[in-house]
Amino acid sequence: MPVFKHPQILIASNLTDGEVVFLGPTGWERDHRRARVALKSDEATALETLGKRDISANRVVDVYLADVEIGSDGAPTPLHYREKMRVKGPSIRLDLGKQAGEGAL
Amino acid sequence: MTAVDLRVAQRPNAPMTTYRYDEYDAAFVSERVAEFREQVRRRLSGALTEEEFRPFRLMNGLYLQLHAYMLRVAIPYGTLTARQMRRLADIADKWDKGYGHFTTRQNLQYNWPKLVDTPDILESLAEVEMHAIQTSGNCIRNVTADHFAGVAPDEIEDPRPTAEFLRQWSSLHSEFSFLPRKFKIAVTGAEHDRAAILVHDIGLRIVKNDTGEIGYQVVVGGGLGRSPFIGKVVGDFVPREDLLAFLEAILRVYNRFGRRDNKYKARVKILVHEKGIDEIRAAVEAEFAAMDRSAFTHDPEEFERIAAFFAPPPYESLPATSALLRAAKLETPAFANFVDVNVGAHKIPGYAVVTVSLKPIGGVPGDATSDQMRVLADASERFGFGELRVSHEQNIILPHVKQDDLFALWTMLDAAGLATANAGLVSDIISCPGLDYCSLATARSIPIAQAISKRFSDMSRQRRIGKLGVKISGCINACGHHHVGAIGILGLEKKGQESYQITLGGDPTFSASIGEILGPGVTAEQVPDVVEHLVDYYLAEREEGEAFIDTWRRIGHARFKDVLRREGEDGADI
Repeated sequence: MPVFKHPQILIASNLTDGEVVFLGPTGWERDHRRARVALKSDEATALETLGKRDISANRVVDVYLADVEIGSDGAPTPLHYREKMRVKGPSIRLDLGKQAGEGAL
Repeated sequence: MTAVDLRVAQRPNAPMTTYRYDEYDAAFVSERVAEFREQVRRRLSGALTEEEFRPFRLMNGLYLQLHAYMLRVAIPYGTLTARQMRRLADIADKWDKGYGHFTTRQNLQYNWPKLVDTPDILESLAEVEMHAIQTSGNCIRNVTADHFAGVAPDEIEDPRPTAEFLRQWSSLHSEFSFLPRKFKIAVTGAEHDRAAILVHDIGLRIVKNDTGEIGYQVVVGGGLGRSPFIGKVVGDFVPREDLLAFLEAILRVYNRFGRRDNKYKARVKILVHEKGIDEIRAAVEAEFAAMDRSAFTHDPEEFERIAAFFAPPPYESLPATSALLRAAKLETPAFANFVDVNVGAHKIPGYAVVTVSLKPIGGVPGDATSDQMRVLADASERFGFGELRVSHEQNIILPHVKQDDLFALWTMLDAAGLATANAGLVSDIISCPGLDYCSLATARSIPIAQAISKRFSDMSRQRRIGKLGVKISGCINACGHHHVGAIGILGLEKKGQESYQITLGGDPTFSASIGEILGPGVTAEQVPDVVEHLVDYYLAEREEGEAFIDTWRRIGHARFKDVLRREGEDGADI
């Protein structure tokens, strides 16, 4: 089992439209700031279990945990530049993706 | 189906110069759309799991990328009609976000389609004789060709009939639907290679033997990616009647002996490298001799039938040079620069080949808005017999423009932001989508292209530098062809940051070479500085008529490394 180093959120792609989604307290969210944060290893495992459930339920695909840091407002921000890109949209088209208000940010 | 689609009003200046589906083609594509519609329905209902569905969506060109699904549409040998280009624009507006990305394999990608809409998109494509089949997966991919096919003065034969023959042979080939890895074929019929055939799994060069007979030099085992190789000649002169059987024999040898235990060693280039070309040639020749070749018997009538689709349009008899063009160049310097850089010679007197750059300064290489696609379609009908080409360099070609019409065409393109006069220059950068879109990428590539383009935004400086191929990939898969860039840039991850490895000396032509690494990786911010230093050094060292690659070959890699090292010591932090 990988060592738990940072808080984590669960990221996936929505099955029907492919949009990046984040597991929140009550379901999948399109805004990463509403993601449920795992602060301990067993909480991360619980997130993964819910992710597998929703893969089986054909809601999401490509599910994985991503390391985050928690801001002063309590919202998570991904640590890696790849996931930073996923929560916003293409850096070369600020008019597209979540950063442009498509989905929700 | 006849060669002319009666559903489409014919324009006097728009004869058919491209292949048209016959009944078999139309039925096959239509059935695949219906089949995929049912597969999507079953996926959404839960009857298919993602593991079960994934191969089906990939077989139909649908990937899951960083922000959304991505649909890759095949453009066989890069040839499009105006009607098809308009349909691509309509699809971008209706089901995507109003633009498309022309790729380094002459295809088009939509970056935002929804899974639920994809069957409708494919149906819309099928209406204009297009599809997304075999744009993914371990099969024979879209066959690419010289984008100046049929019009280049240095051409022995138009490669498109051969490419179309190969498209038909390889489409849904039951034996080659699950190869060890993907398989890419490129064809050229010219003395200068514009299709990068030496870095394809199979490269075909149309040649003439001593008796004037047309045949093919067959090259195998080229490729880029993690392990780049220049292809090796497996058949010096394969007569046309033997071509399909010979290629079948190569694919059989690969299918049998290619590695399936390690996907990084599964391409045919690894097989050729590990076994050696002599052993591969012997195996291919043995297979060729032993196989039942009756299924591949060459049918000259069928070849001629296909070749007829690519017949030259009804050119006018014109003087070799145009007084109108001369006058317009004198009057409008910006137009003169466009002609000097983006307009090439045509084999028919009075005509020209026009490269429409999709690389505006600071723009996204290969992207075109739906409005721009419509302008290109209109321009092709007004000035070019309704035909367009997509180049692997991510530009659009209008292959049959009268020299007399060039100024009117330029005016039309300029109004649409499509008249950047940089074809082949330092800002005509090949770039993969990189981490802005691609889930495989390890770093962004488009912002690097934009930064270099802006650094060299002075067009007169670009013209002084001359032809220079800069190619950028956002990961080791090398979709941006960085290995064969005179200056190649590879984006990697280093300690959690984007890092860029620079190579020099790559060449995608008949004098092909793989670039050599310049030194340790640099940051994104440093890349334009490094490129500028390299270019300045080249300008200081070049001799009369030398391109960057020539100077690099003459004075050697070490000298270029040294100059950068010295710059770093001077405080440039490179």
